[in-house]
Amino acid sequence: MAETKERKLPAPATSPETQAYWDAAAKGKLLVKKCTSCGQAHHYPRALCPFCFSDKTEWVESSGKGTIYSFSVMRRAPVPYAMAYVTLAEGPRMVTNIVDCDFDKLKCEQPVKLVFKPTDGGPPLPMFTPA
Amino acid sequence: MSIKGKAYIAGIYEHPTRLAKDLSLAQIHAEVAKGALEDAGLTKDDVDGYFCAGDAPGLGPMSMVEYMGLKVRHVDSTDTGGSSYVLHVGHAAEAIAAGKCKVALITLAGRPRAEGMATGTVPRSRGGTPTPDEPFEFPYGPTVVNMYAMCAMRHMYEFGTTSEQLAWIKVAASHHAQYNPHALLKDVVTVEDVVNSPMISDPLHRLDCCVITDGGGAIVVVAPEIAAKLKRPKIKLLGASEFIKTQMGGKVDLTYSGARFTGAAAFAEAGVKPSDIKYASIYDSFTITVLMQLEDLGFCEKGKGGAFVADGNLISGTGKLPFNTDGGGLCSNHPANRGGLTKVLEAVRQLRGEAHPKVQVKNCDLAIAHGTGGSLGLRHGSATVILERE
Ligand SMILES: [Zn+2]
Repeated sequence: MAETKERKLPAPATSPETQAYWDAAAKGKLLVKKCTSCGQAHHYPRALCPFCFSDKTEWVESSGKGTIYSFSVMRRAPVPYAMAYVTLAEGPRMVTNIVDCDFDKLKCEQPVKLVFKPTDGGPPLPMFTPA
Repeated sequence: MSIKGKAYIAGIYEHPTRLAKDLSLAQIHAEVAKGALEDAGLTKDDVDGYFCAGDAPGLGPMSMVEYMGLKVRHVDSTDTGGSSYVLHVGHAAEAIAAGKCKVALITLAGRPRAEGMATGTVPRSRGGTPTPDEPFEFPYGPTVVNMYAMCAMRHMYEFGTTSEQLAWIKVAASHHAQYNPHALLKDVVTVEDVVNSPMISDPLHRLDCCVITDGGGAIVVVAPEIAAKLKRPKIKLLGASEFIKTQMGGKVDLTYSGARFTGAAAFAEAGVKPSDIKYASIYDSFTITVLMQLEDLGFCEKGKGGAFVADGNLISGTGKLPFNTDGGGLCSNHPANRGGLTKVLEAVRQLRGEAHPKVQVKNCDLAIAHGTGGSLGLRHGSATVILERE
Protein backbone atom coordinates (compact mmCIF):
# COMPACT_ATOMS: atom_id res chain seq x y z
CA MET A 1 0.00 0.00 0.00
CA ALA A 2 1.57 3.28 -1.02
CA GLU A 3 1.28 6.30 1.20
CA THR A 4 -1.13 8.71 -0.43
CA LYS A 5 -2.77 11.15 1.97
CA GLU A 6 -0.60 13.20 4.30
CA ARG A 7 -0.80 12.51 8.01
CA LYS A 8 -1.04 15.42 10.36
CA LEU A 9 1.74 15.02 12.92
CA PRO A 10 1.40 16.55 16.40
CA ALA A 11 4.18 18.86 17.56
CA PRO A 12 6.61 17.25 20.03
CA ALA A 13 6.59 18.74 23.54
CA THR A 14 10.06 20.25 23.75
CA SER A 15 11.95 20.86 27.00
CA PRO A 16 15.12 22.77 27.97
CA GLU A 17 16.93 19.43 28.30
CA THR A 18 16.36 18.51 24.65
CA GLN A 19 15.96 21.93 22.95
CA ALA A 20 19.23 21.43 21.02
CA TYR A 21 17.83 18.23 19.50
CA TRP A 22 14.78 20.02 18.16
CA ASP A 23 16.75 23.09 17.03
CA ALA A 24 18.96 20.73 15.01
CA ALA A 25 15.90 18.93 13.63
CA ALA A 26 14.66 22.28 12.33
CA LYS A 27 17.94 22.47 10.37
CA GLY A 28 17.59 18.93 9.03
CA LYS A 29 20.03 17.32 11.44
CA LEU A 30 19.53 14.37 13.77
CA LEU A 31 21.50 14.59 17.00
CA VAL A 32 22.40 11.71 19.29
CA LYS A 33 23.55 12.08 22.87
CA LYS A 34 26.94 10.52 23.59
CA CYS A 35 28.62 10.07 26.96
CA THR A 36 32.25 11.16 27.21
CA SER A 37 32.74 9.06 30.35
CA CYS A 38 31.66 5.62 29.09
CA GLY A 39 31.72 6.44 25.38
CA GLN A 40 28.24 5.11 24.66
CA ALA A 41 25.52 6.84 22.67
CA HIS A 42 21.92 6.75 23.90
CA HIS A 43 18.41 7.67 22.78
CA TYR A 44 16.06 9.38 23.67
CA PRO A 45 18.51 12.07 24.77
CA ARG A 46 19.12 12.78 28.46
CA ALA A 47 21.36 15.18 30.39
CA LEU A 48 22.69 12.25 32.43
CA CYS A 49 23.96 9.09 30.73
CA PRO A 50 21.49 6.23 31.38
CA PHE A 51 24.37 3.72 31.32
CA CYS A 52 26.90 5.24 33.77
CA PHE A 53 24.97 8.24 35.15
CA SER A 54 27.75 10.65 34.17
CA ASP A 55 26.63 14.21 33.46
CA LYS A 56 29.37 14.52 30.80
CA THR A 57 27.14 13.97 27.78
CA GLU A 58 27.47 15.73 24.45
CA TRP A 59 25.50 16.03 21.24
CA VAL A 60 26.88 14.34 18.13
CA GLU A 61 25.37 14.46 14.67
CA SER A 62 23.99 11.19 13.32
CA SER A 63 25.02 10.04 9.87
CA GLY A 64 21.31 9.50 9.23
CA LYS A 65 21.98 5.92 8.19
CA GLY A 66 20.26 3.01 9.84
CA THR A 67 18.39 -0.26 9.50
CA ILE A 68 14.84 -1.23 10.41
CA TYR A 69 14.90 -3.23 13.66
CA SER A 70 11.15 -3.79 13.60
CA PHE A 71 8.05 -2.16 12.15
CA SER A 72 4.28 -2.43 12.00
CA VAL A 73 1.91 -0.83 9.53
CA MET A 74 -1.02 0.64 11.42
CA ARG A 75 -3.83 -0.30 9.03
CA ARG A 76 -6.60 0.88 11.34
CA ALA A 77 -5.83 4.59 11.11
CA PRO A 78 -7.40 7.31 8.93
CA VAL A 79 -4.08 7.39 7.06
CA PRO A 80 -2.14 4.13 7.55
CA TYR A 81 1.44 4.62 8.72
CA ALA A 82 4.48 2.49 9.48
CA MET A 83 5.59 2.55 13.10
CA ALA A 84 9.20 1.42 13.49
CA TYR A 85 12.34 1.07 15.53
CA VAL A 86 15.38 2.04 13.51
CA THR A 87 18.89 1.03 14.58
CA LEU A 88 21.08 4.07 13.96
CA ALA A 89 24.62 3.59 12.62
CA GLU A 90 25.67 5.30 15.88
CA GLY A 91 24.15 2.43 17.89
CA PRO A 92 20.88 3.39 19.58
CA ARG A 93 17.50 2.19 18.37
CA MET A 94 14.85 4.89 18.09
CA VAL A 95 11.08 4.99 17.79
CA THR A 96 10.21 6.49 14.40
CA ASN A 97 8.15 6.07 11.25
CA ILE A 98 9.12 4.71 7.84
CA VAL A 99 7.71 7.02 5.17
CA ASP A 100 7.54 7.63 1.39
CA CYS A 101 7.56 3.95 0.51
CA ASP A 102 5.48 0.89 -0.31
CA PHE A 103 4.53 -0.40 3.14
CA ASP A 104 4.01 -3.92 1.83
CA LYS A 105 7.69 -4.20 0.89
CA LEU A 106 9.16 -3.26 4.28
CA LYS A 107 11.42 -5.79 5.99
CA CYS A 108 13.37 -6.05 9.23
CA GLU A 109 17.06 -5.15 8.80
CA GLN A 110 16.31 -3.17 5.63
CA PRO A 111 18.69 -0.15 5.23
CA VAL A 112 17.03 3.24 5.63
CA LYS A 113 18.04 6.88 5.52
CA LEU A 114 16.97 9.97 7.40
CA VAL A 115 14.22 12.35 6.26
CA PHE A 116 12.27 15.00 8.17
CA LYS A 117 8.51 15.51 8.21
CA PRO A 118 6.81 18.72 9.34
CA THR A 119 4.63 18.77 12.46
CA ASP A 120 1.64 20.86 13.38
CA GLY A 121 3.30 24.02 14.69
CA GLY A 122 6.46 22.40 16.09
CA PRO A 123 9.90 21.27 14.96
CA PRO A 124 9.98 18.56 12.26
CA LEU A 125 10.27 14.88 13.18
CA PRO A 126 13.18 12.68 12.11
CA MET A 127 11.82 9.74 10.13
CA PHE A 128 13.30 7.23 7.71
CA THR A 129 12.78 6.02 4.17
CA PRO A 130 14.28 3.00 2.38
CA ALA A 131 17.90 3.76 1.37
CA MET B 1 13.31 -12.31 53.85
CA SER B 2 11.14 -14.40 51.60
CA ILE B 3 7.37 -14.15 51.28
CA LYS B 4 7.12 -17.92 50.78
CA GLY B 5 4.30 -19.25 52.92
CA LYS B 6 3.75 -15.87 54.61
CA ALA B 7 0.40 -15.03 52.98
CA TYR B 8 -2.69 -16.68 51.51
CA ILE B 9 -5.30 -15.66 48.98
CA ALA B 10 -8.55 -16.05 50.89
CA GLY B 11 -11.11 -14.26 48.74
CA ILE B 12 -11.68 -13.50 45.08
CA TYR B 13 -14.44 -11.94 43.01
CA GLU B 14 -14.91 -11.06 39.36
CA HIS B 15 -17.69 -8.67 38.43
CA PRO B 16 -20.05 -10.41 35.99
CA THR B 17 -20.63 -7.26 33.93
CA ARG B 18 -18.82 -6.59 30.68
CA LEU B 19 -20.65 -3.32 29.96
CA ALA B 20 -21.21 -1.06 32.96
CA LYS B 21 -23.25 1.85 31.61
CA ASP B 22 -25.35 2.05 34.77
CA LEU B 23 -22.57 1.70 37.33
CA SER B 24 -20.12 4.32 38.62
CA LEU B 25 -16.42 3.54 38.69
CA ALA B 26 -16.23 3.77 42.49
CA GLN B 27 -19.32 1.57 42.78
CA ILE B 28 -17.66 -1.22 40.76
CA HIS B 29 -14.59 -1.06 43.02
CA ALA B 30 -16.86 -1.39 46.07
CA GLU B 31 -19.00 -4.17 44.58
CA VAL B 32 -15.96 -6.31 43.77
CA ALA B 33 -14.48 -5.61 47.21
CA LYS B 34 -17.72 -6.78 48.83
CA GLY B 35 -17.78 -9.87 46.63
CA ALA B 36 -14.21 -10.88 47.48
CA LEU B 37 -14.67 -10.28 51.22
CA GLU B 38 -17.87 -12.36 51.24
CA ASP B 39 -16.07 -15.10 49.31
CA ALA B 40 -13.38 -15.14 52.01
CA GLY B 41 -15.87 -15.00 54.88
CA LEU B 42 -14.54 -11.66 56.04
CA THR B 43 -16.10 -8.22 56.44
CA LYS B 44 -15.06 -4.73 55.47
CA ASP B 45 -14.02 -4.06 59.07
CA ASP B 46 -11.44 -6.86 58.88
CA VAL B 47 -9.56 -5.01 56.12
CA ASP B 48 -6.44 -3.22 57.34
CA GLY B 49 -4.54 -2.92 54.05
CA TYR B 50 -5.79 -1.52 50.72
CA PHE B 51 -4.18 -1.80 47.30
CA CYS B 52 -5.25 -0.16 44.04
CA ALA B 53 -3.70 1.27 40.87
CA GLY B 54 -4.37 4.07 38.40
CA ASP B 55 -7.83 2.79 37.48
CA ALA B 56 -9.12 3.82 40.92
CA PRO B 57 -10.63 7.30 40.96
CA GLY B 58 -8.79 9.94 42.97
CA LEU B 59 -5.29 10.43 44.30
CA GLY B 60 -3.81 7.00 44.92
CA PRO B 61 -5.90 5.01 47.41
CA MET B 62 -7.47 7.93 49.26
CA SER B 63 -10.82 8.42 47.55
CA MET B 64 -11.58 4.71 47.51
CA VAL B 65 -10.60 4.23 51.17
CA GLU B 66 -13.05 7.00 52.02
CA TYR B 67 -15.82 5.83 49.64
CA MET B 68 -15.75 2.26 50.95
CA GLY B 69 -15.50 3.38 54.56
CA LEU B 70 -12.25 1.54 55.21
CA LYS B 71 -9.88 2.06 58.11
CA VAL B 72 -6.48 0.85 56.92
CA ARG B 73 -2.95 1.05 58.28
CA HIS B 74 -1.21 0.06 55.05
CA VAL B 75 -1.79 1.28 51.48
CA ASP B 76 -0.04 0.75 48.13
CA SER B 77 -1.08 2.28 44.83
CA THR B 78 1.86 1.12 42.71
CA ASP B 79 0.81 1.34 39.07
CA THR B 80 2.50 -0.81 36.45
CA GLY B 81 -0.56 -0.87 34.20
CA GLY B 82 -2.33 -4.18 33.80
CA SER B 83 0.25 -6.11 35.81
CA SER B 84 -0.31 -3.93 38.91
CA TYR B 85 -2.63 -6.39 40.66
CA VAL B 86 -0.27 -9.35 40.27
CA LEU B 87 2.41 -7.10 41.74
CA HIS B 88 -0.01 -6.04 44.51
CA VAL B 89 -0.42 -9.67 45.59
CA GLY B 90 3.35 -9.81 46.08
CA HIS B 91 3.40 -6.45 47.87
CA ALA B 92 0.50 -7.52 50.09
CA ALA B 93 2.44 -10.62 51.09
CA GLU B 94 5.48 -8.45 51.89
CA ALA B 95 3.37 -6.12 54.02
CA ILE B 96 1.74 -9.06 55.82
CA ALA B 97 5.12 -10.73 56.39
CA ALA B 98 6.42 -7.46 57.85
CA GLY B 99 3.42 -7.17 60.17
CA LYS B 100 2.07 -4.04 58.47
CA CYS B 101 -1.38 -5.53 57.81
CA LYS B 102 -3.25 -8.84 58.10
CA VAL B 103 -6.12 -8.51 55.62
CA ALA B 104 -5.14 -6.84 52.35
CA LEU B 105 -7.83 -5.88 49.83
CA ILE B 106 -6.88 -5.35 46.17
CA THR B 107 -9.46 -3.86 43.77
CA LEU B 108 -9.64 -3.13 40.05
CA ALA B 109 -12.48 -1.55 38.06
CA GLY B 110 -13.03 0.30 34.81
CA ARG B 111 -15.56 1.26 32.16
CA PRO B 112 -13.64 1.77 28.88
CA ARG B 113 -16.56 0.35 26.87
CA ALA B 114 -19.21 2.52 28.48
CA GLU B 115 -16.94 5.51 27.92
CA GLY B 116 -16.36 4.62 24.25
CA MET B 117 -12.60 4.64 24.61
CA ALA B 118 -10.51 3.81 21.51
CA THR B 119 -8.30 1.61 23.61
CA GLY B 120 -5.83 0.07 21.25
CA THR B 121 -5.77 1.98 18.01
CA VAL B 122 -5.36 5.67 18.89
CA PRO B 123 -2.11 7.17 20.25
CA ARG B 124 -2.60 8.62 23.70
CA SER B 125 -0.75 11.42 25.43
CA ARG B 126 -1.06 11.38 29.20
CA GLY B 127 -1.43 15.16 29.44
CA GLY B 128 0.14 17.31 32.12
CA THR B 129 3.96 17.46 32.26
CA PRO B 130 5.12 15.19 29.44
CA THR B 131 7.13 12.12 30.37
CA PRO B 132 10.73 12.40 29.11
CA ASP B 133 10.00 9.80 26.43
CA GLU B 134 6.82 11.44 25.13
CA PRO B 135 8.31 13.97 22.62
CA PHE B 136 10.34 11.13 21.08
CA GLU B 137 7.44 8.70 20.80
CA PHE B 138 3.94 10.17 20.89
CA PRO B 139 4.16 12.27 17.67
CA TYR B 140 5.01 9.09 15.71
CA GLY B 141 1.70 7.43 16.57
CA PRO B 142 2.51 4.60 18.97
CA THR B 143 -0.68 2.76 19.91
CA VAL B 144 -1.19 -0.22 22.13
CA VAL B 145 -1.56 -2.55 19.18
CA ASN B 146 1.26 -1.34 16.91
CA MET B 147 3.86 -1.48 19.67
CA TYR B 148 2.95 -5.08 20.53
CA ALA B 149 2.83 -5.79 16.80
CA MET B 150 6.46 -4.71 16.46
CA CYS B 151 7.42 -7.36 19.03
CA ALA B 152 5.56 -9.94 16.96
CA MET B 153 7.21 -8.72 13.75
CA ARG B 154 10.69 -9.04 15.24
CA HIS B 155 9.87 -12.43 16.78
CA MET B 156 8.77 -13.67 13.36
CA TYR B 157 11.96 -12.29 11.79
CA GLU B 158 14.35 -13.79 14.34
CA PHE B 159 12.63 -17.09 15.10
CA GLY B 160 10.35 -17.84 12.16
CA THR B 161 7.21 -17.60 14.29
CA THR B 162 4.05 -17.59 12.16
CA SER B 163 0.62 -15.95 12.33
CA GLU B 164 -0.90 -19.44 12.45
CA GLN B 165 1.11 -20.28 15.57
CA LEU B 166 0.02 -17.04 17.25
CA ALA B 167 -3.57 -17.83 16.24
CA TRP B 168 -3.46 -21.07 18.28
CA ILE B 169 -3.31 -18.93 21.42
CA LYS B 170 -6.66 -17.32 20.57
CA VAL B 171 -8.07 -20.69 19.55
CA ALA B 172 -7.15 -22.15 22.96
CA ALA B 173 -8.67 -19.17 24.80
CA SER B 174 -11.88 -19.52 22.79
CA HIS B 175 -12.12 -23.22 23.64
CA HIS B 176 -12.13 -22.20 27.31
CA ALA B 177 -14.42 -19.19 26.91
CA GLN B 178 -17.27 -21.29 25.52
CA TYR B 179 -17.85 -22.60 29.07
CA ASN B 180 -17.75 -19.18 30.76
CA PRO B 181 -21.27 -17.71 30.81
CA HIS B 182 -19.86 -14.23 31.43
CA ALA B 183 -17.29 -14.30 28.59
CA LEU B 184 -17.71 -11.51 26.06
CA LEU B 185 -16.75 -13.84 23.17
CA LYS B 186 -18.12 -17.36 23.64
CA ASP B 187 -17.71 -18.74 20.12
CA VAL B 188 -14.96 -21.23 19.46
CA VAL B 189 -12.69 -19.90 16.69
CA THR B 190 -10.25 -21.63 14.37
CA VAL B 191 -6.75 -20.73 13.23
CA GLU B 192 -8.31 -19.72 9.90
CA ASP B 193 -10.79 -17.42 11.66
CA VAL B 194 -7.91 -15.61 13.36
CA VAL B 195 -5.60 -15.21 10.36
CA ASN B 196 -8.51 -14.20 8.13
CA SER B 197 -9.78 -11.53 10.54
CA PRO B 198 -8.95 -7.95 9.51
CA MET B 199 -5.33 -6.82 9.90
CA ILE B 200 -5.15 -4.14 12.58
CA SER B 201 -1.40 -3.51 12.66
CA ASP B 202 0.88 -6.01 10.94
CA PRO B 203 1.21 -8.81 11.88
CA LEU B 204 -1.61 -8.64 14.45
CA HIS B 205 -5.16 -9.33 13.28
CA ARG B 206 -8.34 -8.34 15.01
CA LEU B 207 -8.58 -11.75 16.68
CA ASP B 208 -4.99 -11.51 17.92
CA CYS B 209 -6.25 -8.73 20.21
CA CYS B 210 -7.97 -8.96 23.58
CA VAL B 211 -11.50 -7.77 24.23
CA ILE B 212 -12.39 -4.35 25.59
CA THR B 213 -14.66 -4.71 28.61
CA ASP B 214 -16.01 -2.89 31.62
CA GLY B 215 -15.99 -4.51 35.01
CA GLY B 216 -13.45 -5.39 37.62
CA GLY B 217 -12.38 -7.76 40.29
CA ALA B 218 -10.91 -8.02 43.76
CA ILE B 219 -8.53 -10.19 45.75
CA VAL B 220 -8.19 -10.59 49.51
CA VAL B 221 -4.73 -11.60 50.75
CA VAL B 222 -4.46 -12.59 54.40
CA ALA B 223 -1.97 -13.59 57.06
CA PRO B 224 -1.57 -17.32 57.82
CA GLU B 225 -3.40 -17.03 61.16
CA ILE B 226 -6.41 -15.47 59.41
CA ALA B 227 -6.40 -18.09 56.64
CA ALA B 228 -6.39 -20.84 59.26
CA LYS B 229 -9.73 -19.60 60.66
CA LEU B 230 -11.51 -19.31 57.30
CA LYS B 231 -13.56 -22.03 55.61
CA ARG B 232 -12.20 -21.58 52.07
CA PRO B 233 -9.43 -23.74 50.52
CA LYS B 234 -6.04 -22.35 51.51
CA ILE B 235 -4.15 -20.89 48.57
CA LYS B 236 -0.62 -20.14 49.65
CA LEU B 237 1.75 -17.68 48.02
CA LEU B 238 5.08 -19.35 47.28
CA GLY B 239 6.89 -16.75 45.22
CA ALA B 240 6.49 -13.26 43.78
CA SER B 241 8.61 -10.99 41.63
CA GLU B 242 8.42 -7.76 39.66
CA PHE B 243 10.56 -6.03 37.03
CA ILE B 244 10.41 -2.95 34.79
CA LYS B 245 11.67 -3.65 31.27
CA THR B 246 12.62 -0.54 29.30
CA GLN B 247 14.22 0.59 26.04
CA MET B 248 17.50 0.55 27.96
CA GLY B 249 18.77 3.88 26.64
CA GLY B 250 18.34 2.73 23.05
CA LYS B 251 19.61 -0.84 23.49
CA VAL B 252 16.11 -1.96 22.57
CA ASP B 253 15.47 -5.71 22.47
CA LEU B 254 11.91 -6.64 21.56
CA THR B 255 12.52 -10.38 21.67
CA TYR B 256 12.02 -10.77 25.41
CA SER B 257 9.92 -9.34 28.23
CA GLY B 258 10.50 -8.67 31.91
CA ALA B 259 9.08 -12.15 32.56
CA ARG B 260 12.62 -13.39 31.93
CA PHE B 261 13.57 -11.90 35.30
CA THR B 262 10.32 -12.21 37.27
CA GLY B 263 9.85 -15.84 36.29
CA ALA B 264 13.37 -16.82 37.34
CA ALA B 265 13.06 -14.96 40.65
CA ALA B 266 9.56 -16.22 41.50
CA PHE B 267 10.42 -19.82 40.66
CA ALA B 268 13.59 -19.58 42.76
CA GLU B 269 11.67 -18.16 45.72
CA ALA B 270 8.97 -20.81 45.39
CA GLY B 271 11.51 -23.61 44.99
CA VAL B 272 9.66 -25.06 41.99
CA LYS B 273 10.28 -25.15 38.26
CA PRO B 274 8.13 -24.46 35.18
CA SER B 275 7.59 -28.18 34.55
CA ASP B 276 5.95 -28.47 38.01
CA ILE B 277 3.21 -25.96 37.09
CA LYS B 278 -0.24 -27.50 36.51
CA TYR B 279 -2.03 -24.36 35.36
CA ALA B 280 -0.80 -21.01 33.98
CA SER B 281 -2.60 -17.66 33.89
CA ILE B 282 -0.64 -15.70 31.32
CA TYR B 283 -1.34 -12.05 30.47
CA ASP B 284 -3.07 -11.99 27.12
CA SER B 285 -3.50 -8.47 25.83
CA PHE B 286 -2.46 -9.93 22.47
CA THR B 287 -1.48 -13.39 21.28
CA ILE B 288 2.18 -12.31 21.03
CA THR B 289 2.13 -11.28 24.71
CA VAL B 290 1.33 -14.87 25.72
CA LEU B 291 3.93 -16.39 23.42
CA MET B 292 6.78 -14.20 24.63
CA GLN B 293 5.89 -14.60 28.30
CA LEU B 294 5.73 -18.40 28.03
CA GLU B 295 9.25 -18.38 26.62
CA ASP B 296 10.53 -15.89 29.17
CA LEU B 297 8.96 -17.72 32.12
CA GLY B 298 10.81 -20.84 31.02
CA PHE B 299 7.96 -23.01 29.74
CA CYS B 300 9.88 -23.42 26.50
CA GLU B 301 13.13 -22.27 24.94
CA LYS B 302 13.41 -18.71 23.61
CA GLY B 303 12.21 -18.66 20.02
CA LYS B 304 10.32 -21.96 20.33
CA GLY B 305 7.11 -20.39 21.63
CA GLY B 306 5.38 -20.75 18.28
CA ALA B 307 5.83 -24.52 18.23
CA PHE B 308 4.95 -24.71 21.94
CA VAL B 309 1.53 -23.02 21.63
CA ALA B 310 0.54 -24.73 18.36
CA ASP B 311 -1.85 -27.64 17.97
CA GLY B 312 -3.87 -26.99 21.10
CA ASN B 313 -1.04 -27.29 23.63
CA LEU B 314 -2.65 -24.58 25.80
CA ILE B 315 -6.13 -26.14 25.80
CA SER B 316 -7.23 -27.69 29.09
CA GLY B 317 -7.64 -31.45 28.82
CA THR B 318 -5.79 -31.57 25.51
CA GLY B 319 -2.53 -29.72 25.87
CA LYS B 320 0.44 -29.90 28.21
CA LEU B 321 -0.01 -26.43 29.70
CA PRO B 322 -3.64 -25.38 30.29
CA PHE B 323 -3.77 -21.58 30.25
CA ASN B 324 -6.41 -18.90 30.90
CA THR B 325 -9.23 -21.37 31.39
CA ASP B 326 -11.76 -18.56 31.95
CA GLY B 327 -11.21 -17.46 28.35
CA GLY B 328 -8.73 -14.81 29.48
CA GLY B 329 -8.48 -11.31 28.14
CA LEU B 330 -8.55 -12.64 24.60
CA CYS B 331 -12.15 -13.84 24.94
CA SER B 332 -13.69 -13.25 28.37
CA ASN B 333 -12.70 -10.10 30.17
CA HIS B 334 -10.03 -7.39 30.18
CA PRO B 335 -11.62 -4.96 32.64
CA ALA B 336 -10.28 -1.39 32.55
CA ASN B 337 -7.85 -2.54 29.86
CA ARG B 338 -5.94 -4.14 32.71
CA GLY B 339 -5.85 -7.92 32.70
CA GLY B 340 -3.60 -8.80 35.64
CA LEU B 341 -6.20 -9.18 38.34
CA THR B 342 -8.35 -11.65 36.44
CA LYS B 343 -5.20 -13.73 35.88
CA VAL B 344 -4.87 -14.23 39.63
CA LEU B 345 -8.59 -15.00 39.94
CA GLU B 346 -8.60 -17.92 37.50
CA ALA B 347 -5.40 -19.33 39.04
CA VAL B 348 -7.14 -19.33 42.44
CA ARG B 349 -10.28 -20.94 40.95
CA GLN B 350 -8.15 -23.69 39.45
CA LEU B 351 -6.28 -24.32 42.71
CA ARG B 352 -9.57 -24.42 44.64
CA GLY B 353 -11.06 -26.81 42.09
CA GLU B 354 -13.70 -24.18 41.31
CA ALA B 355 -12.99 -23.62 37.62
CA HIS B 356 -15.69 -24.75 35.19
CA PRO B 357 -15.74 -28.59 35.21
CA LYS B 358 -15.03 -28.65 31.47
CA VAL B 359 -11.75 -26.78 31.97
CA GLN B 360 -10.80 -27.71 35.53
CA VAL B 361 -7.27 -29.13 35.63
CA LYS B 362 -7.08 -32.42 37.56
CA ASN B 363 -5.14 -32.33 40.85
CA CYS B 364 -4.29 -28.69 40.27
CA ASP B 365 -2.03 -27.92 43.21
CA LEU B 366 0.49 -25.49 41.69
CA ALA B 367 -0.24 -22.49 39.47
CA ILE B 368 1.42 -19.38 38.11
CA ALA B 369 -0.11 -15.99 37.32
CA HIS B 370 1.87 -13.52 35.28
CA GLY B 371 1.15 -9.96 34.14
CA THR B 372 2.60 -7.48 31.66
CA GLY B 373 1.49 -3.88 32.04
CA GLY B 374 2.19 -0.78 29.97
CA SER B 375 3.54 -1.50 26.50
CA LEU B 376 5.52 -4.61 25.62
CA GLY B 377 7.25 -2.65 22.84
CA LEU B 378 7.95 0.60 24.74
CA ARG B 379 8.31 -0.05 28.48
CA HIS B 380 6.43 -2.46 30.66
CA GLY B 381 6.03 -3.73 34.20
CA SER B 382 6.16 -7.49 34.68
CA ALA B 383 4.87 -9.31 37.74
CA THR B 384 4.72 -13.01 38.59
CA VAL B 385 3.17 -14.94 41.46
CA ILE B 386 3.36 -18.66 42.13
CA LEU B 387 0.52 -20.14 44.16
CA GLU B 388 -0.01 -23.51 45.83
CA ARG B 389 -3.07 -25.25 47.20
CA GLU B 390 -2.20 -26.28 50.74
ZN1 LIG C 1 27.99 6.96 30.27
